[in-house]
Amino acid sequence: MQFRERVLPNGLEVVAECNDEARSAALGFFVKTGARDETDDVAGVSHFLEHMMFKGTPTRTADDVNREFDEMGAHYNAFTSEEKTVYYAAVLPEYMHSALGLLADIMRPSLREEDFNTEKKVIIEEIQMYADQPPFGADDHVRAVHFGRHPLGHSVLGTVESITALGVDAMRAYFQRRYSPKNIALVAAGKVDFDAFAAAAEEYCGAWEAFEAERSIEPAAPHSGFECLHRDASTQEYGIQLANGPSATDDDRYAAKLLATILGDDSGSRLYWDLVDPGIAEHASLGHYDYQGTGLYLTYLSCDPEYAAENLQRILDIYRTAECEGVTAAELEQAKNKINSRVVLSSERPRGRLFNLGSNWTHRRQYRSVKDDLETVDSVTLAQIAAVLKKYPLSTCTTVAIGPLKTLREPR
Amino acid sequence: MPQSILSHTFENGLVLLAEPMQSVESAAFTFRVPAGTAYEPHDRGGLAGLTCELVLRGAGDRDNRQFINDLENLGVERGESVADVHLNFRGATLSKNLMAALSIYADLLRRPHLPADLLEASRLTALQELAAVEDEPSQKVMLELRRRHLPDPWGRPSQGQREALEAIKIDEIKQYFSQQFRPNGTILGVAGRIDWPELKEQVGQLFADWPEQPIPSITETPTGAKRHHMQHESNQTQIGIAYPSVAYRDPDYYQASAAIGVLSGGMSSRLFTEVREKRGLCYTVYATHGTLLDRGSVYCYAGTTAERAQETLDVTLAEVIRLSDGIEPGELSRLKARIKSGLIMQQESSSARSGALARDWFYLGRVRTLDEIEAIVDALTPESINAYLAKNRPSDFTIVTLGPKPLETPHAVS
Repeated sequence: MQFRERVLPNGLEVVAECNDEARSAALGFFVKTGARDETDDVAGVSHFLEHMMFKGTPTRTADDVNREFDEMGAHYNAFTSEEKTVYYAAVLPEYMHSALGLLADIMRPSLREEDFNTEKKVIIEEIQMYADQPPFGADDHVRAVHFGRHPLGHSVLGTVESITALGVDAMRAYFQRRYSPKNIALVAAGKVDFDAFAAAAEEYCGAWEAFEAERSIEPAAPHSGFECLHRDASTQEYGIQLANGPSATDDDRYAAKLLATILGDDSGSRLYWDLVDPGIAEHASLGHYDYQGTGLYLTYLSCDPEYAAENLQRILDIYRTAECEGVTAAELEQAKNKINSRVVLSSERPRGRLFNLGSNWTHRRQYRSVKDDLETVDSVTLAQIAAVLKKYPLSTCTTVAIGPLKTLREPR
Repeated sequence: MPQSILSHTFENGLVLLAEPMQSVESAAFTFRVPAGTAYEPHDRGGLAGLTCELVLRGAGDRDNRQFINDLENLGVERGESVADVHLNFRGATLSKNLMAALSIYADLLRRPHLPADLLEASRLTALQELAAVEDEPSQKVMLELRRRHLPDPWGRPSQGQREALEAIKIDEIKQYFSQQFRPNGTILGVAGRIDWPELKEQVGQLFADWPEQPIPSITETPTGAKRHHMQHESNQTQIGIAYPSVAYRDPDYYQASAAIGVLSGGMSSRLFTEVREKRGLCYTVYATHGTLLDRGSVYCYAGTTAERAQETLDVTLAEVIRLSDGIEPGELSRLKARIKSGLIMQQESSSARSGALARDWFYLGRVRTLDEIEAIVDALTPESINAYLAKNRPSDFTIVTLGPKPLETPHAVS
């Protein structure tokens, strides 16, 4: 296992974790752009653009792109979040060079108007699909309430209205503003011949024109509050809570992840024992998500409407108790065992390492091996957990519930 | 290193399968226990799922809480699923913890407490899972599609029926457990960093004295109409289409599944190209090949806004029917590349391999090596697939829709 890095003259960073034992390889372009880099008039453009990137280049049609990926037997896809857009493929080692050639080509897309108009329909279908399934838009809503005017409150998908109104020129302008090689990392993991890979990167990406694409990191000033949205057609009640948490560059994030596991992992956590095990919630969990400049704890609840108020109260009680009394050594040990096992299991595939590597690099320009992660998790103490609880109280949060209930008692 | 697949059948019928993988640190296991929905009494839909819920709530000398905590301390990433023939219990952890994890699962399979005082909690959980389906339109349509396409008991939804879930008593669960949790018919697949003699020895100690049970028979009965619309207030209309195909054990299986790969494997496949890329009708559209022991089925799905649902159904169905006109050499070569890379990448995942071992054994009575599968795939030609398709034209469709208004089914479709 060897970490290698190189920066091309135009600023594109090429990083890889090379593992000679691997049978396959994964590669991806991690673009540091997403919903937080959008203005209101182009809401959803990052994600729409991600779709458009597969629609062809000056030398390839959309059909060519799809066909060539499939000819390599590539497992490929892309996703967009609040702060990054990732294009990736997992391939057999012999296809690494051609996969990079193809991925690099689509990173300089034509963005043709006809394709834009067709794909707009697909984006609207995607928005409608999510609108029909839990949590029925409450995820976007709670984020907007929690972050207020801060750009992390933006929706990744945008709305039917914002997508309908978006023009191809605005998308082209966004691309010109954000897709600078200085704002992109090319990441690879698995069976990678790094010198050949970096040379190919130079060949395919070396001519990309560099420009400044800095992101302004404004401090978040999270709100708190409680809302119940009525949706008659739903059967279950859903609740999402956001609380302030450590950011992507905050060393407290490991303690936060362990704390979230102790309090709200899918199984064996305090939320599990108090809500899921007794059968009064179908699902109750807590997770930690980190961003540049800020972080989030997200609590997700789905349950029979009859138990919604009681469950929200139990959640608040669990968080308050933890804030007062901390967690136990046995709980911390169990959470470490779980997380360490997950780290190892997810690292067995090059794809798993790719996302870990890409996140570390785009957030922190830092390489962390599996061993580094295991050691850091093992080193977290009860005192650090207590400090995180104090600094980022879970009981101060924004809650949005959605479902058949017209009103819901706010827990106290 | 060549792939090695080891098997041992204990005297009581329990089958142990193993694949050592030296490139991983983990070990994964899959138990297939013959207690799936097909064995539920016809008026007890949900009994299998409820039993699965309750066996996890304490076993051997561990109570509910200790049971879960011990598994978690061993770093076991676990999952359970309720299928037609089997309950599946899966886990993966660091290889050094495998034996300890298996011994906990031996308690689960043989000595669960099935505590009467926790039945209500399990029942509430099961009722909530059933209710949650109402909020997941794509899942709801595919469950109903399967139920109508297959004769009962093969298409039963794992979530069961409300009335049955409300009525099930602890004694029924105990009886179901003692009848269905048996070594004959149970398959254990293990893959990862393992030592075969040690594994065989330990599994023998845990399970060799598990007594056999008679195997209940299953009677098939016809299900509802093959055309159905479910009224639902939603933005999108959900479309499910099913038709018969061949079983996994059929010599023609790879001809049939390759044809479905052409229809729906990769972004250059026909459904993705015609329905999504060219027309922008859908975000999600796919077809998959499913199997029982003696027959297979193709299931297609598309979800689209109500105004464009009729066109989506028409285009999707037309693509399915057009399959029998044959496939192109380029389509097959892309598919072969995808299958080949998939086979190699599967060898990087102990979980994927342990599941594949147990699945192959049940559906084939043996495990195909990846080399064997590659040889079968290499031998596929456009002519062989087209000959299969000419003899087996997609027909006898079951079509289920869910949304604000019903759709028309083309008359030409049988």
